Amino acid sequence: MDFFHVLVVLLESTIRVSVPLVFAALAGLFTERAGVFDISLEGKMLGAAFAAGAAAAVSESVWVGLAAAVLVSVLLSLVHGYASITQRGNQIVSGVAINFIVAGATVILGEAWFRQGGRTPALVEGARFQIVNFPGADAIRDVPVLGPIYADLLSGHFLLTYLAFAMVPISWWILFRTRFGLRLRAVGENPGAVDTAGISVIWLRYRAVICCGILCGFAGAYLSLAMTAGFVKGMTAGKGYIALAALIFAKWRPVNVMFACLLFGFLDALAIRLQGAPLPLIGQVPVQLMQALPYILTVVLLAGFIGKAIPPKAGGVPYVKER
Amino acid sequence: MSVPYAKLPGWVEYGLVPLVNLAVAFLVAGLVVLLVGENPLEAAYHLINGAFGRGEYIGFTLYYATTFIFTGLAVAVAFHAGLFNIGGEGQAYVGGIGVALACLWLDKLMPWYVVFPLAMVGSALFGALWAFLPGWLQARRGSHIVITTIMFNFIASSLMVYLLTRVLKPLGSMAPQTRTFAEGGQLPKLDWLLSIFGLNVGTAPFNISFLLALAAAFAVWLLIWRTRLGYEMRTMGHSPSAARYAGIRESRIIVITMMISGGLAGMMALNPIMGEQFRMQLDFVQGAGFVGIAVALMGRSHPAGIIPAAILFGVLYQGGAEIAFEMPSISRDMIVIIQGLVILFAGALENMFRPAIARAFAMRGQRAAALVETKGA
Repeated sequence: MDFFHVLVVLLESTIRVSVPLVFAALAGLFTERAGVFDISLEGKMLGAAFAAGAAAAVSESVWVGLAAAVLVSVLLSLVHGYASITQRGNQIVSGVAINFIVAGATVILGEAWFRQGGRTPALVEGARFQIVNFPGADAIRDVPVLGPIYADLLSGHFLLTYLAFAMVPISWWILFRTRFGLRLRAVGENPGAVDTAGISVIWLRYRAVICCGILCGFAGAYLSLAMTAGFVKGMTAGKGYIALAALIFAKWRPVNVMFACLLFGFLDALAIRLQGAPLPLIGQVPVQLMQALPYILTVVLLAGFIGKAIPPKAGGVPYVKER
Repeated sequence: MSVPYAKLPGWVEYGLVPLVNLAVAFLVAGLVVLLVGENPLEAAYHLINGAFGRGEYIGFTLYYATTFIFTGLAVAVAFHAGLFNIGGEGQAYVGGIGVALACLWLDKLMPWYVVFPLAMVGSALFGALWAFLPGWLQARRGSHIVITTIMFNFIASSLMVYLLTRVLKPLGSMAPQTRTFAEGGQLPKLDWLLSIFGLNVGTAPFNISFLLALAAAFAVWLLIWRTRLGYEMRTMGHSPSAARYAGIRESRIIVITMMISGGLAGMMALNPIMGEQFRMQLDFVQGAGFVGIAVALMGRSHPAGIIPAAILFGVLYQGGAEIAFEMPSISRDMIVIIQGLVILFAGALENMFRPAIARAFAMRGQRAAALVETKGA
C-alpha cells in the first residue's frame, strides 16, 4: 500500500509539472507545423508569467492576470512573426533575441514596479487560480485504490491543468480535422503549393504564430497564477527548452506531445523524489543525470537511434514568393 | 547567410548597416530605461564613464572583451559553414575542465608559462570534444545542430554541477568549486600594456589571454580566407549543393568546423578561470556563449568586426555594472535586454533598414550618373 501511495503522489506531481510543458509544447506544435521554428517558447512563457503575476497583483483578479499573460505572449509571438515571416530573418536568431529581451525585461520591470528583488508581490486569494475539487472527492478518498486515484490524481487540480489536457485533443482536432489545420500543416511542408492555391502563406503563418502565443500565455499564467502565488525571476528555468525537446520527442504529433511532456514531467518528479536515495540494482543515481535525461533522450532520438524525428519540411525557411 | 538585396559599398555593408541596427537597439533600450522612470542620457553617461573613465575600468572592459572575442569567433567560424552553433555556452563550460585539470595538476610544480599552453590545449580539446558530438550527429545522422547544441548546453550544465559538487571539489569544502590554484595556475596581468598609454590597470583582471584572443582572431582570419579548408567551409555555407558538386566532403567539413568552433569557445574558459578567479566555479561562463552570437552577428562574422563588437559588449558589461551601481533602479539585467535587442536588430531584422539605405544609395548613384551624362553631352 505504501508503494501505491508513493506512486499516486509521484503521478500527482508529474501532472503538476507537466502542465506548462503541455501548453508550451502544443504552442510550439502550431508554429513549427506551419514552418516557423520557435526557440522563444521559453521567453514567451517567462514574459507571460511575469505579465500574469504583475497584472494579477495590481488588479487582484486572476482573469486580468490571465488576459495580460496571453496579450504579452501574443505580442512577443508577433515580434517573432514579424522578424521571421515578414522580414524573412533567421528564425533561430529571432528566437534567441526574444529569450534575452524577456529575461532582462522581466527583472528590470519587476524590480522597478514592485521593488521586491524581481518578484511580484504574493498574490491574494482572488488573484490566483483555486484548486478544483470534483464532487464527492473527500467522501471517496478513503476507498482503497479508487479513492486516491479519484481524489488526488483526477480531482484537486487547477482549471488550467484540465484546460492543458483538454487542449491536446482540441489541438489534434484543429490541426488534423479542420480546413485551417490542413492548410497550416501544408504551409509547413510545401508553402509554394499553398500559395499556388491562392491562400496567403504569410497570413496563415501569422495565425499559427498567434495560436502559439495564446498557448504560451496559458503556460506562463499557470506558472505564476497557479503553481506558485506570484512571479519569481527566471521561474521558467529551462521549461521552454524541455517543451521544445518534448515536441521533437513527440515527432510533432499532439497526442505524443502529451505523453512526452508527461514522461519528462515524471523524470522531473522522480529526480526530486530520488534525491540522495539509492536505487535497487543501479545504486545511487546522481540527480544531475536525472535532470539531464530529457535532453539526453532528445539527442538520442534526434540521432535516429529510437526512430527518426522528421521535422516539417519547410521549417526554418522563410517563404519567398516566386519573383 | 544570403543577402537578397542589391550590393552595397563595403563601408555601408560593414559599417553603416550594423551601426544603424545598433543605434535602433540602443534607442529601444533607452525606451526601457524611460519605462523604468530613469533618464536614458544619464544611463548612457554612466555606461561610457564606467567603461572608459579610468584605467581600471578599461582593464575590466578589455577583460570582458577577451571572453567575447573567443565566443564570438566560435559562433562566426560555424556561421561561415552555414552552421548555427548555439552551444558555445556548453562548450566553454566543458572547456573549463581542460583548464582546471592542467592547473590542478601542474600549478605547484611549474611556472605559468608552462601551464598556460597546456591549459590552452586542454580547454580547446574539451570544448572541441563537446562540439564534436553535435557536429557528428548533424553530419552523419542529420540531427539539427541548433537543437542538439541547445540540449548539449543543458547536459553540460548538469555534468558540471555533478563534477564540481562531487569530483573536483576539495575534501571538506562546501562550495561547489575547485581549490584555488597556486601561482603556476595564475596568468600575469597585462598592466604593462595599459601603462604604455599611461593607464593604471588597478584591480582589473585584464590578463595575457587577451593577446591569445587577438592571435586567435588572426588565426581565424587566416583559416577562413587564406586556406583551402576555409574556402571549403565558405563554399558550403554559401551553397551546400554547390559544395557537394565541387566534391567537398560535407560531413567532414561539418565535423571539423564544429570542432574548431567548440575549441574556440572552450578557450574562453582560460580568461575567467586562470585570469580572474584562479579556480573553477559553478556557472563561470555566465552567458558568454550567448553573447558570442550577438558579437558574431554585429561583427558580420569577420575577425575585424568581431574584435570591436566584443569590445562593445565589454563596454556594456563593465559600464552596465556601473549603471547598476549608480542608478539602483536599473540592474545589470539591462545588459541582457540590450544584448537581446542587438541580436534582434543586427541578426533577425538585419534587412529591415537595408532597403531604405540601398534606395538612398541607388538614388545618389543615379544622380551621379545623370551628372556625368549631362557633362558628357
